[in-house]
Formats: sequence, structure tokens, C-alpha cells
Amino acid sequence: MDGIIEIIGAVVTLIGTFFLFLGSLGLVRMPDVYNRIQTGTKATTLGAMLSLLGIGIIHLDWYGKIIVLIIFILVSNPISSHVLAGAAYYMGIPLTKRSVVDKMSKKTVLTVKKQKISEEENN
Amino acid sequence: MVNLILYIALAFVGLAVTLTLVRFIKGTTSVDRIIALDVLTISSIALIGIISHFADRVIYMDVALVYGLLSFVAVIIIARYFERGL
Repeated sequence: MDGIIEIIGAVVTLIGTFFLFLGSLGLVRMPDVYNRIQTGTKATTLGAMLSLLGIGIIHLDWYGKIIVLIIFILVSNPISSHVLAGAAYYMGIPLTKRSVVDKMSKKTVLTVKKQKISEEENN
Repeated sequence: MVNLILYIALAFVGLAVTLTLVRFIKGTTSVDRIIALDVLTISSIALIGIISHFADRVIYMDVALVYGLLSFVAVIIIARYFERGL
């Protein structure tokens, strides 16, 4: 019979893999490159971290390598998605038609600058 | 009990890999395919972790670490190539 700690670790691993499944489901269903980057990074980062943590709870003497792996995923995954999103915007891939605002387009940047200037003049 | 729960977790990871492969094949732009590759790698790291429990060998974690490192460098280099060429 397994101990209670091993069962807790297995359940944590199960939750993590469920998050991985949700991330890939969003990757299929989202309408846009940027939405796919967002769902494909956040959910899978949490999912991979939780599943490795569960394995680390089951085998408590493996903690060194698992902590190194978790910190590496936590640092590297957002950086790669950020770089990819910048490259996609530079390539000119359009946003979906349902998106409300594009804060990086030249028009929006100019209007924000005008608003700031008028506020300073009022003050 | 633990092995049963981990088999269900393996099924979830397999489902995730299958759905990601759909996006990898269908992807309308090349950036989509690179995102799918990234998600595939992260899922594979979790898969290697679960397999290392079944095989009872900690050395598989080193394989996962090197795999993640190579994928990170590959994604950064491909994004830089999209942006301004190598």
C-alpha cells in the first residue's frame, strides 16, 4: 500500500498534466497567433512545473535536479514566448477581427502621446 | 494507486501531444508552427518526468534538462531569424 505523500504527489502530477491538456486545447481553438502564444505559454508553464513537482513529491530524494528543471522552465519559457510575439508583430501578422485595441500600432501610440501632452498643458 | 493515477496523467499528456500535432500540421503561419514546437517540447519534458518515475531512474531528468535547453535556444534563434535574418 502506498503512503499518503505518494498519492498527493500523483494527484499534483495529474493536475499538471490536465493544465498541459488545456493549453494544447487552447492552441487548437484560439483564433489568432498572439492568443495562441498566450495560451500556449502560460498554461503549459504551470502544467509542466506542477507535473515535475508531483514527481519530486513522489521521489523525495530527486529534489535537486527537479528544482533546477522547474526554475529553468520558469525562466526560459516566458522569454521565448516574448521573443516570438515580437517577431510575429514585426512580420506583420494581423490581429484577429474581434480584438479591441492594438497598443503597439503607430496610430494608438500617437493618440496616447497627444493625450499626455494635453494633460500636461491643463496642469 | 499511484501508478493508476500516473497512467491517467500519461493519457492526458498523450492527448495534449496529439492536439498540438494538429496545430503543428495545420498552422497557417510559420510562427504558429514554432509555438506548437515549443508546446510539444514542454509536454515532452513532463512526459519524460513521468517516464522516469516508471523506470525509476533519475538520469532521465538530465535528458529533460538538455532537451529544454536546446529547445529554448532553438526558439530564440528562429525568432531572431524571422525578425531580421541571421
